[in-house]
Amino acid sequence: MKNLKFLALFFTATLVLVSCSSDDDGNEPINEEEVITTVRVALTGGSSPINLEWKQLDESAAPTITVSGTLDPNTTYTGVITVLNELENPADNITEEIEEEADEHQFFFLTGGGITISNLTYLDFDGDGNPLGLLFSFDTGEASLGDFTIILRHEPNKDADGVSEGNIANAGGDTDIEITFPLEIQ
Amino acid sequence: MRLFLIVFFISIQSYSQNCNQTLTGRVVDFHDGSPLSGAVLIVAGLEKFAQTDLNGYFRVENLCEGNYTLQVSHPECDTKAIQFTIPNEGSLSIRLEHHLEELDQVTVKGSAAIDYVATQRENRIEKEDIENLSYASLGDALKMLSGVSSLNTGSTVVKPVIQGLHSSRVLIMNNGVRMQDQEWGVEHAPNVDLNTAGSISVIKGASALQYGGDAVGGIVLVEPQRIIRKDSLFGRTVLTGSTNGRGGTLTSSFTKTKESGWYGTLQGTLKRFGDFETPDYVLSNTGQFEKAAALRFGLNKFTYGFEGYYSFFNSETGILRASHLGNAQDLFSAINSDKPLVINDFTYSIENPKQDVTHHLAKAKFFKRISNFGKLEMQYDFQFNNRLEFDIRRGGRGDKPAVDLELTTHTLSTDLSYDANSKFKANGGLLVRYQNNFANPDTGVRRLIPDYDKYDLGIYALGKYALNDQWKLEGGLRFDYNHLDAKKFYRKSLWESRGYANDFPEIIIEDFGTQLLTNPVFDFYNISGTVGFSYSFLDDYELLTNYSLATRAPNPSELFSEGLHHSAARIEIGDLRFNQEVAHKISVALSKTSGKFQFTFNPFLNSINDFLLIGPTGVEQTIRGNFQVWEYKQTDSYLLGFDLDAKINLTEQFDYITKFSFVKGYERKDNIPLISMPPANLSSVIEYKNQRLNNLKLQLESNYVFRQNEFPDTNFEVFLPITETTEILDLSTPPEAYHLINLNADADFNLFGETDLSLGLTVNNLFNTSYRDYLNRLRFFADDLGRNIVLRLKINY
Repeated sequence: MKNLKFLALFFTATLVLVSCSSDDDGNEPINEEEVITTVRVALTGGSSPINLEWKQLDESAAPTITVSGTLDPNTTYTGVITVLNELENPADNITEEIEEEADEHQFFFLTGGGITISNLTYLDFDGDGNPLGLLFSFDTGEASLGDFTIILRHEPNKDADGVSEGNIANAGGDTDIEITFPLEIQ
Repeated sequence: MRLFLIVFFISIQSYSQNCNQTLTGRVVDFHDGSPLSGAVLIVAGLEKFAQTDLNGYFRVENLCEGNYTLQVSHPECDTKAIQFTIPNEGSLSIRLEHHLEELDQVTVKGSAAIDYVATQRENRIEKEDIENLSYASLGDALKMLSGVSSLNTGSTVVKPVIQGLHSSRVLIMNNGVRMQDQEWGVEHAPNVDLNTAGSISVIKGASALQYGGDAVGGIVLVEPQRIIRKDSLFGRTVLTGSTNGRGGTLTSSFTKTKESGWYGTLQGTLKRFGDFETPDYVLSNTGQFEKAAALRFGLNKFTYGFEGYYSFFNSETGILRASHLGNAQDLFSAINSDKPLVINDFTYSIENPKQDVTHHLAKAKFFKRISNFGKLEMQYDFQFNNRLEFDIRRGGRGDKPAVDLELTTHTLSTDLSYDANSKFKANGGLLVRYQNNFANPDTGVRRLIPDYDKYDLGIYALGKYALNDQWKLEGGLRFDYNHLDAKKFYRKSLWESRGYANDFPEIIIEDFGTQLLTNPVFDFYNISGTVGFSYSFLDDYELLTNYSLATRAPNPSELFSEGLHHSAARIEIGDLRFNQEVAHKISVALSKTSGKFQFTFNPFLNSINDFLLIGPTGVEQTIRGNFQVWEYKQTDSYLLGFDLDAKINLTEQFDYITKFSFVKGYERKDNIPLISMPPANLSSVIEYKNQRLNNLKLQLESNYVFRQNEFPDTNFEVFLPITETTEILDLSTPPEAYHLINLNADADFNLFGETDLSLGLTVNNLFNTSYRDYLNRLRFFADDLGRNIVLRLKINY
């Protein structure tokens, strides 16, 4: 019976120990460190600067997409992309992380629905001389309506055919950002 | 458990005083009347002897009148002598002390056939086959049994599927301890080193109520090697090398036993593989590094004993790089490419994504035999499970796990058994369990499973009654209470959209802006039971019929999921309002157990009310693109099918063994097929054995897996901006049927003294066939394994 007493004691002791060690970490929310909540694109070169913003603070809710105005026809625009995690306070600037890991990232730009945007050009590059895309430029054509899609791939194959020219077809990798803005040129 | 043998039924057919009298009888287990084969009976002085047959019967002929001494011996027992007189009108009973004691479940018998339940067919893998598979996983080994398939994530994460059901519905008992290793996850393999097992049994139902009442699918019993009470020291080392994965396994064990009952075993396993390969390409990042060790010691006396056990298990497993996906576009590209989108050169290194899982298990067990009653057992066990999952992350966070869950479980259980009557046997017990889940917040990723405390209480009683030699009855009842107290964060939008704001306003503890901290508390009261009979007829036929009722409370994943599942590129959502699923399973097994042709035919029907399953409900737009949303739901369902095993003894040396498994599952409403039901599977083996030629054994196996033709439509339409098209993502269509041929050869050699060497060669997928399996979750991305040649070296000393 000694054994049984020992067992009972052992069990009780362990329970007590466990109860004491259960900390209160479960009461602190975790804000996703890697989440991208906001993408801003500042377009300059036209009569007035145009700001695009794609924002989603809560993945289960619909995003807010804002385009501050219309683009001018037959103009060369320069774009600067800012990527943020606004769940952190102050907001976490993910643009810096992307710059630091430039060789593992590349933006791609796609147009659709008849918008006359051409000559998409990368203006920044990683250490190997391959494009990154936080800075870019394009030319607008005649008045038109359509979609402008920005895709960020993590660990793409930058050496694959056409990728360094901005062709996503062979890029591979995982998609970190895939957002579409409705644009108008007039 | 202490075993007695009894020789009863000794009847003397008397003829007038001549020497033509015959002594017949039967040797059975004292406790439950089951036959013991292979007992040798010698009539002293006459050099007449007999041996019991498979059913325990023996016969000694040509005896004269007089007094004799009968010596009864069994390989696993002390020899005992009894006196008898011819003619003898009555019957004799002899109690023998059983040597081959196992310090374990009361239901374990001394004979080769161990019945955990009397009225449900139990399938078993023996030690030799386990040793031959020392390079594989528990899930791979279980696939040897009919009705058991596996749900894979690649080739190293293998979960057993019993008659169509898996995960929380399959209960795994490891040396008498119910594994608490986050088994709810479909990509969480059991944390058990196959090499610790002396035998593995599968019960395809919930009838073994002493282990739990929620085994809707079935129960896997991993039992350690038996301890024999005699003075000895022995060891075993198995070394394997595989061409596919370019790695191998080393496992060793040492066992010391004493006649006084003391024993100790130390065992360790190392397993290391690099990237596995299909016939055409390398499966990049699929390596594995597994380390396991176990220590077991105890005292096994006639009237009392104890056992201490500790095991450690760690497995680092790479997950196919090409299966890590960003969004629907990535999934579309991956599915529509005929090879994985990432193929690198072979390497041993394991990069992200990967799993790193550690499991500690410790138990202390005591038993006391109560004379003229039975046995009392008490067990305390402790388990600590730590699951780390590493993802491909940005900003140098790759070294930080994306999932870090720590699950701690304490269980105290008792079992009191009554076995002092050869016809009636019963046992009952009580179980208390405390479990704590801690989700480490340092991951920087929202908790997959919230922190919780869980308390379980279980009470059961089981009885078996042998009406006569032919009929046996069995019944049992179990009650379980589960109390779950969680701290769960919800994103406000989800809280609203699920309707929780209306249904559970009282559980909110604190508002953190975009997130709410809530305190969901659940109480589940579960009833389970079983009733069945077995009927023996025509000497070697047996009919088992069993009904079992199982009640399973929803698991944390079904209750709390609400987020992105990376490898599936889908959002999964659970529900706080779920209740238990209740399964009614009827299982029948007709067997012929001896002779040149043996078979078992085992049809079943499993009707499950409020079956919990997950299915697609829509598409959600996120900053990373579109994702399909899968929500858990409850719906009445049923599964039906059969397993067929047959063995034909062609000649003394050739056997033909075949098995066929067939299962169908449907939602009762609209008869929609259930997802991930194993397709029909036919396996046939031709075996050649020659004991005179170094125990040579050659096996040629054909394994044909049919195409699954019944499946739910889980396809979805998604707009892809790259091509500016709306495409259908085909997630439903199962892969084609496939046929694999495997070869196996074994031979034993005596090196010196008691040291034996066995050499073995296995070739899996001999013809290097390319195939994909419906139940492999990575089938969308890559083919299954190509040819694998395994060389085995086993030394017993």
